[in-house]
Amino acid sequence: MNESIIRIKGAKKNFGTTQALKGVDLEIAKGEVILVIGPSGSGKSTLLRCVNRLEHLDSGEIWVEDDCVTSQHANIRKIREEVGMVFQSFNLFPHLTAAENIALSPTIVLKDGKAEVKERVRSLLARVGLSDKEYAYPEQLSGGQQQRVAIARALAMKPKIMLFDEPTSALDPEMIKEVLDVMLDLAKEGMTMMVVSHEMGFARAAADRVVFMDEGLIIEAAPPDELFAHPKEERTLRFLNHIL
Amino acid sequence: MSDFLKFGRRKTPSPSPATASSSSGNTTINVTDGTLIPGTGERSILSAWNISFFGAMALIVILPLVSPKPYLDILAFVPDGLAATFGVTIVSIVFALCLGLLAGLGRIAKTKSVNLIATVYVEVIRGIPLLVQLFYIYYALGPILHLKGPASAILAMSVCYGAYMGEIFRAGIQSISKGQMEAALALGMSRTQALWRVILPQTVKVILPPIGNEFIALLKDSSLVSILAISDLLRRGREYASTTFNYLPAYTIVALIYLVMTLFFSRLVGIMEVRLRNHERKHN
Repeated sequence: MNESIIRIKGAKKNFGTTQALKGVDLEIAKGEVILVIGPSGSGKSTLLRCVNRLEHLDSGEIWVEDDCVTSQHANIRKIREEVGMVFQSFNLFPHLTAAENIALSPTIVLKDGKAEVKERVRSLLARVGLSDKEYAYPEQLSGGQQQRVAIARALAMKPKIMLFDEPTSALDPEMIKEVLDVMLDLAKEGMTMMVVSHEMGFARAAADRVVFMDEGLIIEAAPPDELFAHPKEERTLRFLNHIL
Repeated sequence: MSDFLKFGRRKTPSPSPATASSSSGNTTINVTDGTLIPGTGERSILSAWNISFFGAMALIVILPLVSPKPYLDILAFVPDGLAATFGVTIVSIVFALCLGLLAGLGRIAKTKSVNLIATVYVEVIRGIPLLVQLFYIYYALGPILHLKGPASAILAMSVCYGAYMGEIFRAGIQSISKGQMEAALALGMSRTQALWRVILPQTVKVILPPIGNEFIALLKDSSLVSILAISDLLRRGREYASTTFNYLPAYTIVALIYLVMTLFFSRLVGIMEVRLRNHERKHN
């Protein structure tokens, strides 16, 4: 668990006059599960989106394994193949079936063989418990089902890291568990995960560390039990009182 | 978003469509070619569309029966021009769609120079009347480019409608949520792959109705090519009129045929629009 797979150094990002990130340093070890919490506007989603460069940093560096994501010369598409992402609003492709959603990128980006991709789609759908939904279009699926297809779609690229941007925030309460169960399995299998979420149950069950962010800075980071029970910072305590 | 695509028929030099909304968002002023299409609640036989369409059809049948001398002759003489009218319309719309896709992509391109070229194209073309463009390409450029009548006509109509199509493509692409592009990029796709495999297939559904309206507008505007010695519907009518001096009957039949075609196609576009909307509603 010593080898860092993600290294964030002095990450700064402005949106106009608002400073979203004011200098964030974070190292994530291979196989580590990190939960990022914090009030809205604290920069946690921005930080996540900078890791696969959906947003560009203004200054600072982000490394994924031996590749500098923030470099001009980075082969960003190659890096994105290794970094899967799951969005709050699922973002499934509405004109494609569940199976086609999962198969598209392996087929046109990795150029994997048809039979192999088909087999992978089958096993991924089984893994997220949706084997019977192969031919369903996104609008025929519930939110929880859509999010599970979205996770399968990201996993189809065989990523080494998975980013989750508030994966359960858009879901009805009764659907949250089915998504968290899939994520929990993933964590147990040793996937490196960076999760922006306030699901404390998931944090306790799966997270190695919880990172608390506020106003564009990391206030403190600690294993979940330690952070929830004995926060060192006043701000952390105030935030936890709000959500627990 | 799709409200944005209910394009007011051109003659708007600014990129904003002639669709006005009040601050509450309820008032919509829509100036497309489909305004005669009855609403879903309007099933009356006396709807404006029924009166216009069946009235025109009836006149086309009754007039030759009542006085066959000019009218039947005209009906026999004029349809030759229909082939030319449809030929010019269909070939032009195909080229206009290609140009429109390029212009639309250019308008949203991140490369400044590409964006500038596309925007200048759209603004310049939309600022010049089609008739002037026809004259310009046929009379001014024709001798230099060695273009014959039909080629000039198709070139002018394609270039002109390509600009309007470009705005439809732009609005259509921009109506697709940003998350779709992000999801595609996050999966390792290039922008081009994301565009062809993810964005454009979704755009088609949104832009079909406005493109149908452009087709109808182009069908009508194709009558302008009669000045380039192309024997389209209008020109055939004129040829008949100038040899027999039966101006009123000749142009009446020409107008009625245009009206029937336009009403028929706008009904078709209307049905398509409703189907697409219902399809969307069913799945949401």
